[in-house]
Amino acid sequence: MRIFNMISIFAIPVMMTTILIHGLIKGVKLYDAFTEGAQEGFKTAVRIMPYLIAIFLAVNILRKSGGMDYIIRVFLPITRPLGIPSEILPLAFIRPFSGSGSLAVLKDIITTYGPDSLIGRVASTMMGSAETIFYTMAIYFGAVGIQKSRHTVAAALISHIAAILASVMICRLLFR
Amino acid sequence: MNIIWILMILFGMLVALLSGKIEIINEVLIGDVQEAVVFAISLTGIMAVWLGLMNIAKKSGLITSFSRIFRPVIKLLFPSIPVNHPAISAIMMNMMANMFGAGNSATALGLKAMEELQTLNSNKKVASNAMCMFLVINMSSIQLIPLTVIKIRADAASSLPEEIIVTTIFATTVSTIVGILACKAMEGRKS
Repeated sequence: MRIFNMISIFAIPVMMTTILIHGLIKGVKLYDAFTEGAQEGFKTAVRIMPYLIAIFLAVNILRKSGGMDYIIRVFLPITRPLGIPSEILPLAFIRPFSGSGSLAVLKDIITTYGPDSLIGRVASTMMGSAETIFYTMAIYFGAVGIQKSRHTVAAALISHIAAILASVMICRLLFR
Repeated sequence: MNIIWILMILFGMLVALLSGKIEIINEVLIGDVQEAVVFAISLTGIMAVWLGLMNIAKKSGLITSFSRIFRPVIKLLFPSIPVNHPAISAIMMNMMANMFGAGNSATALGLKAMEELQTLNSNKKVASNAMCMFLVINMSSIQLIPLTVIKIRADAASSLPEEIIVTTIFATTVSTIVGILACKAMEGRKS
């Protein structure tokens, strides 16, 4: 565990130092190049703001109204035969929409069912293997002005379903 | 996106109305929307740092040598990106930041990658194959050590909080491969 922690903590500083040292050796004017590049950061932040706001608005209305719970209920009959514990469905559904929301749901699942239960393990695995699809799409496409996302949603959702099924499968296989 | 967005809002409004919780709409308008702005602003700092570093790496030639190493992989996944294009290094660095769970750095580098991909895109309003592929890989998140999840498990007194590392790597690998295949299979379609 300590080794993993170390790798995670050191990864970014190592990347930064490599870039800086390499630049130094090659005689790049580091300070000038850095500030020149950094200027773009502000433009990007302002550009993604409208898309972030749009997504936050829709996701939070859907979540806080309880609408999300109804959507989950519709899918119960499909997921049960696949051996997916119904307790993890809220997480499976909120994950594509909201990072902080899914973290809250994960906490809830783990405290309710215990971290070392099958449900707790499946939920933990799922959390780490899937990403907030709609949020990422909104800001990435929004930042460069793409309006037609083509097959991105379909492929991402297929990948998300694969993550859910793989999480259930590997946990059932590995633990007991 | 347009349809999904309006459906989310209208359905949420309807449920809120029917369950007598219509005040949550105001709550969202006042509180949560502000969060989006705060998040975007808080991203500015890390964004600027990485774009600054990328500019150094571009000038020092590090990006060129970097993309040379990963050329075979990139050629397979993104055949439309020319050799030595800055998009390659932005994509690779985004993947690395993702792997090590540095979320905000990953976003900053990912946005840079999207800008580079946009310069190669023939129709600026329609996503290119490379963009779809990049997003799908990015979203199926190849994270090596899910630190937040381990922390939550440890807080809940798990006897072995990190036991989910192996299962996570397995699930994430499966989902990434499935995503890549799905993306490749649908690339031919126009809309």
